Amino acid sequence: MSVFEAILLTIITASTPLVIAGLGELVVERSGVLNLGVEGMVIIGAVAAFVGAQISGSPYVGLLTGIVGGALFSLLFGFLTLTLVTNQVATGLALTILGLGLSGMIGEGYVSVPGVQLHEIVFPLLSDIPFLGPVLFRQDLTFYLSIALLVGVNWFLFRSRAGLKLRAVGDSHGSAHALGIDVIRTRYLAVMFGGACAGLAGAQLSLVYTPQWVENMSAGRGWVTLALVVFASWRPMRVMAGGYLFGAVTILQFHAQGFGVGIPSQFLSMLPYASTIVVLVIISQNRRATLINTPASLGKAFVPER
Amino acid sequence: MRIELEKRPQVSKLFGLLSPLLALALALIAGIIMFAVMGKDPVEALDAFFVEPLLEVWSLHELAIKAGPLILIAVGLCLCYRSNNWNIGAEGQFTMGAIAGSFIPIVFTDWHSPVILPLMLIAGAVGGALYAAIPALLKAHFNTNEILTSLMLVYIAQLFLDWLSRGPWRDPQGHNFPQSIDFPPEAVLPAIWEDSGRAHWGIVFAVVAAILAWFIMKYTLKGFEISVLGQSARAGRFAGFSSRKMVWFAFLVSGALSGLAGISEVSGSIGHLQPAISPGYGFTAIIVAFLARLNPLGAILSGLVLALTYLGGEAAQLSPGISAKAASVFQGLLLFFVLSCDTLIYYKIRVVWSRVRGGAA
Repeated sequence: MSVFEAILLTIITASTPLVIAGLGELVVERSGVLNLGVEGMVIIGAVAAFVGAQISGSPYVGLLTGIVGGALFSLLFGFLTLTLVTNQVATGLALTILGLGLSGMIGEGYVSVPGVQLHEIVFPLLSDIPFLGPVLFRQDLTFYLSIALLVGVNWFLFRSRAGLKLRAVGDSHGSAHALGIDVIRTRYLAVMFGGACAGLAGAQLSLVYTPQWVENMSAGRGWVTLALVVFASWRPMRVMAGGYLFGAVTILQFHAQGFGVGIPSQFLSMLPYASTIVVLVIISQNRRATLINTPASLGKAFVPER
Repeated sequence: MRIELEKRPQVSKLFGLLSPLLALALALIAGIIMFAVMGKDPVEALDAFFVEPLLEVWSLHELAIKAGPLILIAVGLCLCYRSNNWNIGAEGQFTMGAIAGSFIPIVFTDWHSPVILPLMLIAGAVGGALYAAIPALLKAHFNTNEILTSLMLVYIAQLFLDWLSRGPWRDPQGHNFPQSIDFPPEAVLPAIWEDSGRAHWGIVFAVVAAILAWFIMKYTLKGFEISVLGQSARAGRFAGFSSRKMVWFAFLVSGALSGLAGISEVSGSIGHLQPAISPGYGFTAIIVAFLARLNPLGAILSGLVLALTYLGGEAAQLSPGISAKAASVFQGLLLFFVLSCDTLIYYKIRVVWSRVRGGAA
């Protein structure tokens, strides 16, 4: 395997959780809900997956517990913002604060326990294709799931009736309600889908990216995900592209450290965060494009008239 | 079963006062359940967590040390959130304030003068304000989401501090510990009552800031402007208030207070610069602000409550079976309950058991 291939593979591994969590959050925001708790859901997914895999011995059970953990945790957010109409921004922050604390407590006994790794699935023949083979056909399940999610979310949002309803709810909850769409239920489902995706992204972190449990191992990826959705102006394909861009920055930063670039490592570690800010600024410059794509009801609470 | 909300004709004053207390009570109950699940005697655990730290004088000093930064930061956040500016990066402004203030004793080691300490405090506040100016500038002039930018800046500030305390500002005689030289006595924020404990002037700054902010909110035009712009940017424009200027005001004030908290913490209780200077004060202060219902005076009380959770967490480490992480779980739960209970101020909550719609019959 060439160095270039190896770097590309690590970039894919670093990008996959961002893409998965980003697609989930995209669906949530398309339904008009701003869930800032991605960081909390990702870390809960990571710890749930790690513990699930430890207890069962199977990384696939771990993957599942991660997904379920993320979805159940997101229900807390759903209950507060949708049923009790609390402020979405503040509730999302609460979800992150609680998630970081809770995951630390659950994972306390698992620090420095060797993890169960999710290994790659090798497609026979296809994986022997030079260059493309290892990159596309020798990956772990989460990579294939991220591709499936991309296709699925794209189809769902823009080709299916349910997706049309979900976008209607996000763009004008009043009109959607008048048309007989159950706004609250749609949003609950969207929030749980986002939670499941964030949970899966977390599972990828603790089963693939670094198969172990480290406190706060999400390291701001949940927040980067939120920036990613803005960057993508709520388009699935662009979430994918953006995810890979951020993944590449993260990995190249590591390689720069390895090659002994004369810059202190801390400054290189700042790069993913700094580039997130730069990208956000560039995107928000184009006010018109942002406004057109932003779901009009984003962040606004809906209370059905009774 | 379904939960229905009915808008109250008038905002409930009763629940406005009651909701933080209710939230505290619910969080305590959740804490009891949590301890029980962990197989620990809940009474004993709660006693270790929330009662024992209050029984000794030195421990009350520690409470003041932890409450100081929480209150100071939260007061700024109250103004920010009231005006609908979501500064989530107080932790970074705290860090940058600490760095900016520490600059003086670390770089000018030979300078001995009574003006050092005031200069450090000013530098700290300015450092925090300047760091908060970045998301403010980006929001006011480039329309960039301040939640994300201020948060990304937290990670950058922490890495910067890490570099400083392991690199250029590391004490060569520090036995390889990644920390700066110890501040000379004239650069240390003095204790208030030296004889009984360590509490320093940080808590006094916090209380003064809270009272000032409360006065501004209640009695000045600026305070009125904050509330109007916070409730509706459109209404604010009609009144001739500039939401762009408000972005600057909110971020600079909260950044300055966070920076002051940072330098007070470093010079008052740590005594040197090191890679980790905050147990998450900037984030916990968000909870303090909400528990105070965004009222600066309330932040004094709620800051003390959350400071107690830190002390409880430390005390818990000594008693077997209770996780120190329980403190942060409790903090998160508290914020959840605060937000839910605030719903009661605006709505009546009805639980409908039948599947038929409540109002249909």
